[in-house]
Amino acid sequence: MKEQLETIQQEALAKIEDAEEMNSLQDIRVAYLGKKGSITKVLKGMGKLSPEERPVIGEMANKVRNIITGAIEEKSAELEEIALHEQLETEAIDVTLPGRKVNVGGPHLLTSIVEEIEDLFIGMGYEIKEGPEVETDYYNFEALNLPKDHPARDMQDSFYITNELLLRTHTSPVQARTMEAYNGERPFKMICPGKVYRRDSDDATHSHQFTQIEGLLVDKNVRMSDLKGTLDKFAKQMFGEDREIRLRPSYFPFTEPSVEMDISCKVCNGEGCSVCKGTGWIEILGGGMVHPKVLEMGGYDPKIYSGFAFGMGPERIAMLKYGVNDIRSFYTNDIRFLKQYHHA
Amino acid sequence: MYVSYNWLNNYVDLGDISPEELAERITKSGIEVEGIEYVGEKVNDVVVGQVLTCEQHPNADKLNLCQVDVGTETLQIICGAPNVAAGQKVVVAKPGAVLPGNFKIKKVKLRGVESNGMICSLQELGVKEKFIPQEFVDGIYVFQNDAEIGKNVTDLLNLNDAVFELDILANRADALSMIGMANEVAAILDEQVTYPDETIESNESERAEDYVSVEVAAQDLNKYYGAFIIKDVVIKPSPLWMQNALLAAGIRPINNVVDITNYVLLEYGQPLHAFDYDRFASNKVLIRRADEGEEIITLDGQTRKLTPENLVITNGMEPTALAGVMGGLDSEVTEETSTILLEAAYFDGTTVRRTVKQTGLRSESSTRFEKGVDPNRVRKAGERACHLFEKYANGNVLQGLSEYDGLDYAEKTVVIETGHVNERLGSAIKDEEIASILRRLQFEFEQDGSTFTIQVPTRRQDITIFEDMLEEVARIYGYDNLPYTLPEGDGQVGGLNREQQLRRNIKSFLEGVGLMENRTYSLTDEHNSERLCSPEIMAKSPVPVALARPMSEEHKYLRLSLLPGLLQSLTYNQARNQANIAYYEIGSIFVSTEEKITKQPEETLRAAGALTGNWVDHPWQGEVKPVDFYVVKGIVEGLFDQLKLSVQFEQTKLQDMHPGRTALIKRNDQVIGFLGQLHPLLAKRLDLKETYVFDINLDAVFADYENEPSFAEIPKYPAIARDIAFILDQDVLAGNIQARIAEIGAPLVKSVAIFDVYEGEHLEAGKKSIAYHLIYQDPEKTLKDEEVEASYQEIVKTIADEFNGYVRS
Repeated sequence: MKEQLETIQQEALAKIEDAEEMNSLQDIRVAYLGKKGSITKVLKGMGKLSPEERPVIGEMANKVRNIITGAIEEKSAELEEIALHEQLETEAIDVTLPGRKVNVGGPHLLTSIVEEIEDLFIGMGYEIKEGPEVETDYYNFEALNLPKDHPARDMQDSFYITNELLLRTHTSPVQARTMEAYNGERPFKMICPGKVYRRDSDDATHSHQFTQIEGLLVDKNVRMSDLKGTLDKFAKQMFGEDREIRLRPSYFPFTEPSVEMDISCKVCNGEGCSVCKGTGWIEILGGGMVHPKVLEMGGYDPKIYSGFAFGMGPERIAMLKYGVNDIRSFYTNDIRFLKQYHHA
Repeated sequence: MYVSYNWLNNYVDLGDISPEELAERITKSGIEVEGIEYVGEKVNDVVVGQVLTCEQHPNADKLNLCQVDVGTETLQIICGAPNVAAGQKVVVAKPGAVLPGNFKIKKVKLRGVESNGMICSLQELGVKEKFIPQEFVDGIYVFQNDAEIGKNVTDLLNLNDAVFELDILANRADALSMIGMANEVAAILDEQVTYPDETIESNESERAEDYVSVEVAAQDLNKYYGAFIIKDVVIKPSPLWMQNALLAAGIRPINNVVDITNYVLLEYGQPLHAFDYDRFASNKVLIRRADEGEEIITLDGQTRKLTPENLVITNGMEPTALAGVMGGLDSEVTEETSTILLEAAYFDGTTVRRTVKQTGLRSESSTRFEKGVDPNRVRKAGERACHLFEKYANGNVLQGLSEYDGLDYAEKTVVIETGHVNERLGSAIKDEEIASILRRLQFEFEQDGSTFTIQVPTRRQDITIFEDMLEEVARIYGYDNLPYTLPEGDGQVGGLNREQQLRRNIKSFLEGVGLMENRTYSLTDEHNSERLCSPEIMAKSPVPVALARPMSEEHKYLRLSLLPGLLQSLTYNQARNQANIAYYEIGSIFVSTEEKITKQPEETLRAAGALTGNWVDHPWQGEVKPVDFYVVKGIVEGLFDQLKLSVQFEQTKLQDMHPGRTALIKRNDQVIGFLGQLHPLLAKRLDLKETYVFDINLDAVFADYENEPSFAEIPKYPAIARDIAFILDQDVLAGNIQARIAEIGAPLVKSVAIFDVYEGEHLEAGKKSIAYHLIYQDPEKTLKDEEVEASYQEIVKTIADEFNGYVRS
């Protein structure tokens, strides 16, 4: 009987080894391990054996059964894997076909620039203030040291609605309103971005509506060198560490002394070209020390407080930074233009 | 203003500083040089020659054969210019000369005759047309008789001059003159100024007062009026150097009298006016406000109707000039003029500006009066002109002048202290440096240690307070020399406020779902002023706010909706074959309810979007779907989900919107916007395909938004799902059933979703089937089937009772 079992084992293992399909494995299982299978047949003859031999043969029969079962499982796993592999091969696709494009939107170039400037100044502790686009003559001009009939106040430039109401020509009225709101009681620093309007005909370099972002800092002992340091930090962040910066005297009714800031031309690196009109410099913003009359009208005592202010145009910055050559492009909203400047 | 380098050199020794370097230094000190233009180029072997004879070329009709004396020899030159003639003094380029553009002059033979040089036009010398006197634009240049034969023309014609274009800002009226710029440049270079000669040599016994009296009736508008009389004037061309100076400054020479007044205007910044005394027709000058409706014919031949806002010079009866703006035609200086009445006056800037605005006559004179002239230079300018009339117009200046003088010549005093200066600038400037700066500026001052008491000269009307003087010190010291520091104040924490942060979040959401941001104009035309305005705004009966003086009809009204602008963007793109567009904008609308506006309109922030073309666009997969109502609704729902604000949608009809595909967006029963399909007729008019829009009142959103979302625990107990499909009449709204189920099922029903809508052959006509997916959950315990069943049955019964709906089996 012992030999019989050994033969069965050898036979079975050889058949398993040769099996190529799951069905054959099933047949093998029935033939050897089933109720009418070879091992069962062998065990049926156990009655003829001596009581000593019975457990030995029984144990051996179990062992053979386990070996065969194990071999069938192993082979079955192997065949399954082969079958899966074959199936996957047939599932191959063309990976060069395009994917299902996701709709992606994005911010307008001007918004990106405004937010970049906002974030830069937030980093320096500034808050952001906003105000109405239809302003009173008082906040737009008078509170900024531009009384009626002031030579710097050219009526031609403003869109008036009535004698007292107009579309703001700059975001400076927000500064006047902020000073008034703080009532001369606390130092502050703020940035005010927004839409402004001038009575211009639209062409490549003029727009009746454009964007401005202005800043104001009021505190005790503010020095002109603080303005210089702040603007230097801003310009290097915005335009690159390799840009040179120069301040030169200028005139604004709401600041004294007043400055204009130029950066060295990026196109020609200061050599002089058509972009910088041969000067090597590009005007980027205006500013100065807040005029004592403006402080006073805002409720701040100019003997105690001083401050600086500055302002710039995001359109101009975009035109310089990205080479946009027509200011109207910002308002026609050509999708190809908007996408071009949109990047994560 | 244009400033000639060579002319400036007459007052300040510019040494060997190049025009470019000087421009850079002027700019850095506060007056921006916007450009430098050269008149021409220095030339060699180009001299003054006199045409001795001029005959026709034997072999050519249009050429002349000239013998030209150039001092050292006589040259035979062939010249084709139509205006060449014997006796003229002309510009001769001798053989060997090289003209601009590397044009070499050689001996040549023209049609068999030798030509030894060239008679030149100014263009051939490289002079730009703006610097060429009118009569010589189309031919050779002809000198006046006094030109010295054989002399190089470079200096004579001012060819080596550089002209600066200056941007003079409103505060620096003093720099609108050559002397003013000389003062400025002298301060920058630390040089001295040589002032012009104002001496009058005449020994006439007659007095100006014998010829004319001056009376000022409007003394508030005319603080000074001086009248000089110059007799025996001979009208002729002005000297070449004066013509060159005027041309460089952008003024064309006319005759000696006019040129002298213009020259002194540029030199002193003081406008002058010369009347023909004989045509003035009176011996009295009366300055007064014009009468209402009074008329004057100005030099340009126009009849001007006047009002009492205008100041006029009269001969006692009628106006002869619009003060500071333009003279009258009747008293104009002509070829026949022999006696001149010269006006040197100080007119009120505001009056001049109003008159300029009213008449549109802006001139070199009016600009200077508008910005303010120097009281101390008014009479001096008159004297300088008299000096020049004597020398260049054979004039005899009568003694003295007739004048009215109510001018304030007082100099302002400003005190500065070195410590205070450094405190404000952040600098470490020393007492001596400040003293030196003040000397360079030619400001008189007294120094007491670190304190300077400064007399501000009257030419600098812009300096009245400490800060003005601070700028003077800083700019001459050099802004470049100030240190870089950062403000020292207490740290303020910067950041966005709640609304600003929320706005950025909303922008991110809309961009994240595929919308591109737009910027459109706030001003629109009449047709679009109210179009697509949201119903909750229309309910206020807004009156579109109009500009008083718009630039165009296109941009006349402040918008009441962002949508017309967005639709314009869509049309723009569609016309350029960009078919699939999804745009949004966040911006203000302007709501006023006043018929006649008196106060600022209410500015309400809105988020609006417009979409057209394909929303799903995967062509090779066969998945191409145009944008539809539910795409836009999905965006709006997603936005409010994100904001954790519940909103309801309600079918509506609005002008310019599709009558069956438009919904109000409501929150707490208040309309806060709308969405839907643009009316196909409007879309067609705008050349748009099917287009969908939304418009949301952000101010309403901001008001309700809660900064800190409340925390809710994730339920531990299992949920049970149930599906119900109802057969309903076709006009029953899915949303209403959904809301009612949620209401009845509360609190166990956590959510109700629609997962199938069916109409068609398996249902009877006029019916539809809607299937709802319900989630039951109890946060406290495991739900029992009986509880769910009870709720389910209640829902079924209610829908049957209220909506005539029954469960589809």
